[in-house]
Amino acid sequence: MDLLEYQGKQYFARYGLPVSPGDVADTVERAVEVARQIGAFPVVLKAQVQIGGRGKQGGIQIANNLDEVRQHAEFILNLIIKDRSGLIGYPVKRLWIEKASDIKREYYVSFTLDRSAKQYLGILSAKGGVDIEQVAAVEPEAIARLHINPLDGLTREVCTDWVKRAQLDEEANEGAVEVLLRLYDVFTKGDCDLAEINPLILTPDGHVHALDAKVTLDDAAEYRHPEWEAFKGVIELDGREKLAAEKGLQYIGLDGTVGIIANGAGLAMSTLDTVKQVGGSAANFLDIGGGASAETVTAALEVINTDPNVKAILINIFGGVTWGDKVASGIVEALGNVNLAAPLVIRIDGTRAAEGRAILEKHLNERVMMARTMVEAARKAVELAAKG
Amino acid sequence: MSIWVDENTKVVVQGLTGSQGRYYGLLNQSQGTKVVAGTNPRKAGENVEGIPIYATVRDAVEKAGANASFVIVPAQFAADAIVEAAEGGVGLIVCVTEHIPMHDEARVHNLLKRDFPNVRLIGPNCSGILSPGKCNIGFTPAQVSKPGSVGIVSRSGTLAYQSVFELTEIGIGQTTCVGIGGDPVPGTSFIDCLDAFFNDPETEGVILIGEIGGSAEEEAAEFMASHPKKKPVVAYIAGVTAPPGKKMGHAGAIVSGNKGTAQGKMKALEAAGAIVAPNPTELGTLMKKALGRG
Repeated sequence: MDLLEYQGKQYFARYGLPVSPGDVADTVERAVEVARQIGAFPVVLKAQVQIGGRGKQGGIQIANNLDEVRQHAEFILNLIIKDRSGLIGYPVKRLWIEKASDIKREYYVSFTLDRSAKQYLGILSAKGGVDIEQVAAVEPEAIARLHINPLDGLTREVCTDWVKRAQLDEEANEGAVEVLLRLYDVFTKGDCDLAEINPLILTPDGHVHALDAKVTLDDAAEYRHPEWEAFKGVIELDGREKLAAEKGLQYIGLDGTVGIIANGAGLAMSTLDTVKQVGGSAANFLDIGGGASAETVTAALEVINTDPNVKAILINIFGGVTWGDKVASGIVEALGNVNLAAPLVIRIDGTRAAEGRAILEKHLNERVMMARTMVEAARKAVELAAKG
Repeated sequence: MSIWVDENTKVVVQGLTGSQGRYYGLLNQSQGTKVVAGTNPRKAGENVEGIPIYATVRDAVEKAGANASFVIVPAQFAADAIVEAAEGGVGLIVCVTEHIPMHDEARVHNLLKRDFPNVRLIGPNCSGILSPGKCNIGFTPAQVSKPGSVGIVSRSGTLAYQSVFELTEIGIGQTTCVGIGGDPVPGTSFIDCLDAFFNDPETEGVILIGEIGGSAEEEAAEFMASHPKKKPVVAYIAGVTAPPGKKMGHAGAIVSGNKGTAQGKMKALEAAGAIVAPNPTELGTLMKKALGRG
């Protein structure tokens, strides 16, 4: 789960990490009220979206008086922040408003897992505030990396050396060590996949604190963090993703026309690819897991039915531990429960696939078809989708 | 020959008294696997369909001769279960449990590496390991396999099953099929598997199934290019069309920026001499050709 900036700051505060005082607003009026409460200008208004690059797109503004607050809040709350690809837009629904900090210097710090080294990786740079990947590419020497064995943790001694190596301003060293040690706690005790501050700032009076917060929580650890419940209501899922989550399905919405249902994440991904290969485009990723019971297939079809872009549906099942005939019976039962919004192509292979296909045979018609291989099934579904 | 498991593998199932553990433990036994024990500290002395339950893995090793463990317990207990298995004295641990917190996995991985360098962990969040006709630990459907000469290593379970099936359909058997799992910190890597398969006299070719995210496939490509006993490798990478930054089910399958893309992985594997299949359906026929039997 990716936290919004203000949630990340709240999470930082739990572990004693200093952040600027501020509050969240979802209307222009509320923004003005928050600014009034802060009581000092300038204030910063920051769009709260689960994606980077908002600064370059006008999502961060400084206001020197209440009129400017009103004006900028109006502007930002009507923004749609685009992702890297430029294809997916995130409408801004919330602002974070905080007292503007005097900035002497901007640094960068993050903790994440280095999958190759199978250890934690800390990244610290005296050149923060901008795209750190750019810095890494152009000036690799400006980045101080630190591998941390989870068994050893981050000791004060190691952290102090690391900060020295990063060549921050001399007066920032002490404050940076404190922040880094606490951020490491956020990352480990707080079960984060990523804990990042960009920028981490040095103020003219020598304080070091987090001006931004980027936190990705590890969903697998939710069972030991009841406090995460509070973050969940706010995170925006698209309507279908929400419906799928309620039904316990792994669903990701995409923008194509072929609705996809498969058992297993690998097979589902592979089905998306195959649809693309034969000239179509997938409307979604949907993994129904190993069981593929009638209820699961019903739920999957219901979710896909709500997508108006879907012009054909492809069910791709490999009978492993769950046999093909059992899955086929489940599909037949599901077809009785749901009115299909688009024609359906089914491919069943693997254990007892022949028996499964025999069961489906009796239920085939101009809306429900079968194909022998994955490629054939994809071809047929793409053809149907093109006819619309 | 097969790698890591064979007819002498004696399995203790951690979780045998749970519903999932019981189902797969007994299923694996019915497929010829020597399931010699289960563990549950509260049910020591009892049995599951005649398989004795011990309090600890150590007891199962000492009293029933277990040399491998099958960990199939809920995620919140899995890390401790893996450590218990290593401390108990088995040489191979297969953990199928999914949704283990990343920090637990990272800690366990480094603990095994430091304190138990000779213990092999397969998984977590994997489909298991199968040597047809000898031993099956995990979910791999043994009924679609047959003994033979091709090794399989896959992050994804279903795609591993599919490639076993495609091979068997055209008459090619398998030495061993290893599901290494989709998590960011797998105990056993593509490289471990390639090395074992290249050194196994019976394995003639290897199918490698990867997916987007991380750099394990690129590292595998580099490894195979320089291996003195390199054998034909047919590879498939899932996730060509996965949008950046979205998690596709497997915790590992996430693309960040330009790193870990399917295209980059395919290029690296091709450059290392692997044949890259455009879709899983063609894995069998391409392997047949690579082995000169097509």
